[in-house]
Amino acid sequence: MSWIDIAAVADIPLRGARVVKTKLGCVAVFRTDEAEVYAVSDTCPHKGGPLSDGLVHDRKVTCPLHNWVFSLETGEAQGADEGRIETFAARVENGRVLLDGTALGRRTAA
Amino acid sequence: MKKLVVIGAGMASGRALEHLFETDPEAYEVTLFNAEARGNYNRIMLSPVLSGEKSYAEIVTHDEAWYRANKVTCRFGEHVVKIDRDRKVVVGEAGEVLYDKLIIATGSAPFIIPVEGRELPGVITYRDLDDTEAMIAAAGQPGANAVVIGGGLLGLEAAAGLRLRGMNVTVLHLMGHLMERQLDESAGYLLLKDLERRGIKVMTGASTKAILGKDKVDAVVLEDGTVLDADLVVMAVGIRPETRLATDAHLEVGRGVVVDAQMQTSDPDIHAVGECVEFDGALFGLVAPLYDQAKVLAKSLLGEVDAYAPKELSTKLKVTGCDLFSAGDFAEGPEREDIVLRDPSRGIYKRLVIEGDRLVGAVLYGDTADGSWYFGLIRDGTDIDDMRETLIFGPGFQGGASADPLSAVAALPPEAEICGCNGVCKGKITEAITGGAKDLTAVRATTKASASCGTCTGLVEQVLQVTLGGDFQMPGAQPICACCDLTHEDLRRLIKLKALKSQPAVWQELGWKTPNGCHVCRPALNFYLLADWPLEYQDDPMSRFVNERNHANIQKDGTFSVVPRMWGGLTNPNELRAIADAAEKYKVPTVKVTGGQRIDLLGVRKEDLPAIWTDLNSAGLVSGHAYSKGLRTVKTCVGTDHCRFGTQDSTGLGVKLEQILWGSWTPHKVKLGVSGCPRNCAESTCKDVGIICVDSGYQVSVAGAAGMELKETERLADVASEAEAIDLTVAFVQLYRENAKYLDRPYKWVAKVGLDWVKARVVDDLDERAALIERFEVSQSIYRKDPWAVPAREAGERSRYAPLADLTLEAAE
Repeated sequence: MSWIDIAAVADIPLRGARVVKTKLGCVAVFRTDEAEVYAVSDTCPHKGGPLSDGLVHDRKVTCPLHNWVFSLETGEAQGADEGRIETFAARVENGRVLLDGTALGRRTAA
Repeated sequence: MKKLVVIGAGMASGRALEHLFETDPEAYEVTLFNAEARGNYNRIMLSPVLSGEKSYAEIVTHDEAWYRANKVTCRFGEHVVKIDRDRKVVVGEAGEVLYDKLIIATGSAPFIIPVEGRELPGVITYRDLDDTEAMIAAAGQPGANAVVIGGGLLGLEAAAGLRLRGMNVTVLHLMGHLMERQLDESAGYLLLKDLERRGIKVMTGASTKAILGKDKVDAVVLEDGTVLDADLVVMAVGIRPETRLATDAHLEVGRGVVVDAQMQTSDPDIHAVGECVEFDGALFGLVAPLYDQAKVLAKSLLGEVDAYAPKELSTKLKVTGCDLFSAGDFAEGPEREDIVLRDPSRGIYKRLVIEGDRLVGAVLYGDTADGSWYFGLIRDGTDIDDMRETLIFGPGFQGGASADPLSAVAALPPEAEICGCNGVCKGKITEAITGGAKDLTAVRATTKASASCGTCTGLVEQVLQVTLGGDFQMPGAQPICACCDLTHEDLRRLIKLKALKSQPAVWQELGWKTPNGCHVCRPALNFYLLADWPLEYQDDPMSRFVNERNHANIQKDGTFSVVPRMWGGLTNPNELRAIADAAEKYKVPTVKVTGGQRIDLLGVRKEDLPAIWTDLNSAGLVSGHAYSKGLRTVKTCVGTDHCRFGTQDSTGLGVKLEQILWGSWTPHKVKLGVSGCPRNCAESTCKDVGIICVDSGYQVSVAGAAGMELKETERLADVASEAEAIDLTVAFVQLYRENAKYLDRPYKWVAKVGLDWVKARVVDDLDERAALIERFEVSQSIYRKDPWAVPAREAGERSRYAPLADLTLEAAE
């Protein structure tokens, strides 16, 4: 793992998300609590909705297009829907959001 | 090569030749006679040609190239004089042709009623293109009068076409109701009303006595002495098979040329097809059986075995806008049972005739969508006993309309779709129920049925009831979501009662089962709190749906639409220029005028939103809130400023209302309309609040709908002054904000609390009215502002729309 400093955690609204652009697509970084973040693919597998624009509740996000709900921990769709979004390692240290550059690099190289 | 001669280039012979050439192009050398000076065209499309909806070129089925390619010798415009069976020769006006096989396809001749004056110029029939062109020419003179004799299929199509061409049209029909061969009386009545609405005069029970005129037709006289002016008389009382050539050739002729199931006449080398034949005592006038005959005939000519078998027929009227379908037999009888559905307000009539367990007839008027399904049941003789109760509602039974909706739901097959939004069928729901989903919420969670627009909620509950029987209690009220046990009404009451002023306070005090709610309860709770405590509660954008958070409407591809406000629908060159500039600068793919009298810029990228708003702001344009559960638009007409009918300044009132109400959040979107006179050009009577200006003042009405449901507004009050109209509107909106369930439009809320309850507070109790207005103003002191201005102005807010970081610029390691 190689952690990359992305931004201050305060740059992401509480129960909100911001997008990080990577070579093969957007990754949404969610802030579910004061110092809790999750990084997942920004693209809903259903119809490609931008998950970073979804409503965040608990450790889940609801897609803004058709209300699919995903666990930010596992990436699994909840309830009746079947699908999964890719998850990436992310953590908060001293008020900074860190993402795993190796994972994103693999994604970039893939 | 054998020689085939065809007399008549109609739809039946045309189709027979197609089949012949497709199967074996080398079998016959074909000569085609046609009395009309043209080849095959689609005769049933003459009605659209008459009405101007199609041109002749569009209805030609076989052109010169086709005849050339198939080496058909065309003798168009030439009458056949006789058939010489001994010499096997057809004698035309221009000479003889030998045949090995002959097809008689002479079609039918219009029936001319034997009245005085029937030979006058201006009296025509309606069979071919020449007739059609004569009618179009007659319709060319302004104010000309046409009388159509015959109210059957053909006559009514002629009448409708002539009316569309601008003629004054009267239809004379001998029988008591129109199209009596296809329709029963009720449907005939609806058809008559429809035609009258189109400006066609219909006289039933009308018997023609004579046609008057000297050099040309002038008038029609009826048996009862009525005289009708006429520049054109169309005879459309019926047709009879054209059999003269066959009779002269001593073939067996009854009412038509008699054929067997191979379409062969009494002479083995002569066949007949189409409207001129008689098979098993029956004549044919519609196109479907003709095509079947054509197929059999082609096979017979090639020595293949096939047999023609008549099928049930259905009829659709080709008059644009008249939805009419009939099939089978619908005469009443002792063994027969009728199922009738009438919806007078929508002009719908459906009648099914059942004999034993079979559907034998169907008449549909106003809604013919299920026609082909019924026709299939009649044709196939399907046993309909199991569907009897729901049959009238059609194959995709919609629910709610049956006297016993439960049995209707029980009768639905497992593959019947219940939830159209999410494509969930009944089988999937029953599976979920037997798998443990015992209530609506559980079914929603496991199948998504009724989780989108919610119109199928009732149906899903009925499936629950049918599946679970006594174990299922039809719920009186549903909790908001799985996060709590409260209904919306309970929640609103407890927020006020316990003075709960933040979301965490509500979650804690009212026992939320989740840490911080979900996408269903959070937007509702956020609204309830800001509506009840405008000064204390801080609006939470993260509890809002994406559109309200981003102040723009998300589109399917993740881009957004931007709609600047146009107060009362007014704009000016400066604003339009700014919109045009923005559309160009941000490469907006679609610019559309909305139904709310403003302009939508569709397809704006999220990161461009703050910049486009900055540009629009600098021209004075603010957010139109086209994305919000809040005030959307106030639609107006031009009122007294320009309109010669306007009674008050409707535009001015609309602008004032919009300036007072804009920015306010409401349980659902709110749309207003202000019309300057009862002509109601602003369509006010289907709005949430609609005002109609009259000479004596203002009619304020509320609770209209024009979305998934359609509903006219109900009158709140009539007031004399503009100020009072504004007060009533504001008080009504505030009462709605304080009391309605989130996502109930005003019409739904008023239906629950009753208009009288609303009137008592808004109209009658002046103190309450004033208090409502005051509370609205307090709220507006916070919310009457442009949400675009902040991100447009502040870098911090603006950054929210941009990516947090861009790793694409760094090399992969």
